[in-house]
Amino acid sequence: MSRLLRPAARLAASTRAFAKVPAAPSFAQRAAFARPVVFGSFQCRSYADNASGVKEYTVRDALNEALAEELEANEKVFILGEEVAQYNGAYKVTKGLLDRFGEKRVIDTPITESGFTGLAIGAALSGLHPVCEFMTFNFAMQSIDQVINSAAKTLYMSGGIQPCNITFRGPNGFASGVGAQHSQDFSAWYGSIPGLKVVTPWSAEDAKGLLKAAIRDPNPVVVLENELLYGQSFPMSEAAQKSDFVIPFGKAKIERSGKDLTIVTLSRCVGQSLTAAENLKKKHGIDVEVINLRSIKPLDLETIVQSIKKTHRLLVVESGFPAYGVSSEILALTMEYAFDFLDAPAQRITGADVPTPYAQGLEEMSFPTEQLIEDYAAKLLRL
Amino acid sequence: MLSRALRLPRAVPLRAVPAAISARSVTTNAASASLSHSVPQSDDERFAINLSDESFETYELDPPPYTLEVTKKELKQMYYDMVSIRQMEMAADRLYKEKKIRGFCHLSVGQEAVAVGIEHAITKEDDIITSYRCHGFSLMRGGTVRSIIGELLGRREGIAYGKGGSMHMFHKGFYGGNGIVGAQVPVGAGLAFAHKYEGRKNASIILYGDGASNQGQVFEAFNMAKLWNLPALFGCENNKYGMGTSAARSSALTDYYKRGQYIPGLKVNGMDVLAVKAAVQYGKEWTAADKGPLVLEYVTYRYGGHSMSDPGTTYRTREEIQRMRSTNDPISGLKQKILDWEITTEEELKKLDKEARAHVNEEVALAEAMAVPEATPSILFEDIYVKGTEPQFIRGRTTDENYYFN
Repeated sequence: MSRLLRPAARLAASTRAFAKVPAAPSFAQRAAFARPVVFGSFQCRSYADNASGVKEYTVRDALNEALAEELEANEKVFILGEEVAQYNGAYKVTKGLLDRFGEKRVIDTPITESGFTGLAIGAALSGLHPVCEFMTFNFAMQSIDQVINSAAKTLYMSGGIQPCNITFRGPNGFASGVGAQHSQDFSAWYGSIPGLKVVTPWSAEDAKGLLKAAIRDPNPVVVLENELLYGQSFPMSEAAQKSDFVIPFGKAKIERSGKDLTIVTLSRCVGQSLTAAENLKKKHGIDVEVINLRSIKPLDLETIVQSIKKTHRLLVVESGFPAYGVSSEILALTMEYAFDFLDAPAQRITGADVPTPYAQGLEEMSFPTEQLIEDYAAKLLRL
Repeated sequence: MLSRALRLPRAVPLRAVPAAISARSVTTNAASASLSHSVPQSDDERFAINLSDESFETYELDPPPYTLEVTKKELKQMYYDMVSIRQMEMAADRLYKEKKIRGFCHLSVGQEAVAVGIEHAITKEDDIITSYRCHGFSLMRGGTVRSIIGELLGRREGIAYGKGGSMHMFHKGFYGGNGIVGAQVPVGAGLAFAHKYEGRKNASIILYGDGASNQGQVFEAFNMAKLWNLPALFGCENNKYGMGTSAARSSALTDYYKRGQYIPGLKVNGMDVLAVKAAVQYGKEWTAADKGPLVLEYVTYRYGGHSMSDPGTTYRTREEIQRMRSTNDPISGLKQKILDWEITTEEELKKLDKEARAHVNEEVALAEAMAVPEATPSILFEDIYVKGTEPQFIRGRTTDENYYFN
């Protein structure tokens, strides 16, 4: 247990292979990323106005900038996927990259996930640093064998002689009104595989910093974006606008500091949880701490446990299917590491255990909403 | 479906060849080459040999030259290499039966000419990726017998440090060993992609079995390789059976060299190491000239079962195996040619046999003496991630067994 409380910053302590590691910011800067920021709902503009040099970025623009900077910085980086080049990306994340970097570096593939994923992995085994875009992660089920068996396991199976520096990215989780086959959250699937690193950005800074770190990381990394976040704007600090900005993996961000309840959440649910937290504050005077996981593999257990020690209550919010999911894992870890600090059983809000329905009213019943989070948190706190 | 080789006169190589060559099917006679001139004295002087008319069949492709330049030294090396692979595989067979090798073990006895012929046609800068039947290729790519057998025995000094096992061996220019049937094919196309991306003139040799040839991702890889003109030499090692299912029972079209449809194909006598070398050499020139991929089919035969648990006799007759062993064996075939052409004497070949056997035995003894990986957390948890980029800790079976990186 005591080992758990060691600082996570030791991640980058090794000098070996450091050249390949993201140009990590100094420890002092890292501390700044992790500093609790009282950050109301994401619509709040005052934060941006007060800080100098802060600009509004959509998540889409942040991802685009990350890709452009990494393509610029390293010839070995290229991006391939369906419609990434001439079409400018199915969700316009790769807009303008073909014009800027040419067709050698930005490559449209046929609609053959298994094939182009395998091809990208082969290129990575050969020493290139591909960014493999899935139009959505639903389609990556066609190629999840390649991601797991050919990418994640190869370094270990080869006894450490064959690395695979590849980034898989694309929108994950449900979108609006797209039905069951296009609405699945794969966080738990990838998060359960040894050898993969898995990140789930929420804000524009998350998106840029995590994607850049993913491309620079010498391991296979899965970046699970969210379609509903692409168009959302977030303030981006001056530091984050620079080309050397990366966010270290395995470090969660306390988006909102509080003392009464810990909400651990990821991706789009971070914003929903922040709104719910603001409402709980207004209505009940309750201070909710909201932790944005940022990366689910490795998972920042330390930040979660520290927060539970402070608040003594835990609610996990995610949009995946409930069974054997991210929240199941966090609740299990809480049993193992923070049982004594809890004043109430840890709870979770997840997607419902149903194939996502098409009709709007039914779809709304299938995933966490701000109101549901607020109400369930109030119930947990016996308000 | 029409083979361009059927249309004259394009298919006819410069030297006179009977016009009906393509009408015949590829032989699996391992000793079908002949000599046109006398053999030089020197070990290193090049001389030409003629391959049998039945060495190749083509699809939308002019056949490779039916002459091949070799040296005496090279022929002897090929012989030694094939004998080494067989000896090594026989040693693996014995060790498995002694219960010293765990889990899966797929042997390539009978198929040696494919691994050896390919290696003698390429450089170390070219890539090979293959299926789980990978011991011979590992050896040819530069792995040592001791490291390969050491891996099979699960030793720390095995080629993958005891972490990979029979199906997962890696070396410079060798990308495994893949345990998922067909998955190596798009990965191999990616190796070719990297050559092209980096502007190198190297080729990627991608092998899969007749069983794997029906996997969807094989065709996905064909499509991208042709579309992007990748230097990929796809090659179906057709040993007639995917596990216990014969080619005819699994494949609607058993002409695997035609399976590329829009990719030219070349069927090769995979029992004749010289034909394999000639075909791959031709393929390398083809890719170096930026003509894109080829689909090769190496017609070969596996003497043993699919894996150690398969006696290999429920789906084929003992007579069939016996006939292939006695009349089409790649090692006997080359041996006969070496003797016919007076490359060297029978005594010297016996000496090579002995040398290879002694070398394998020595290496096996060394491998058996190797230590197993210490059952410690630092070894269990190493190499999941690249050194220096590991998470703070990795979970063991219980929280007490968590491993912290320092």
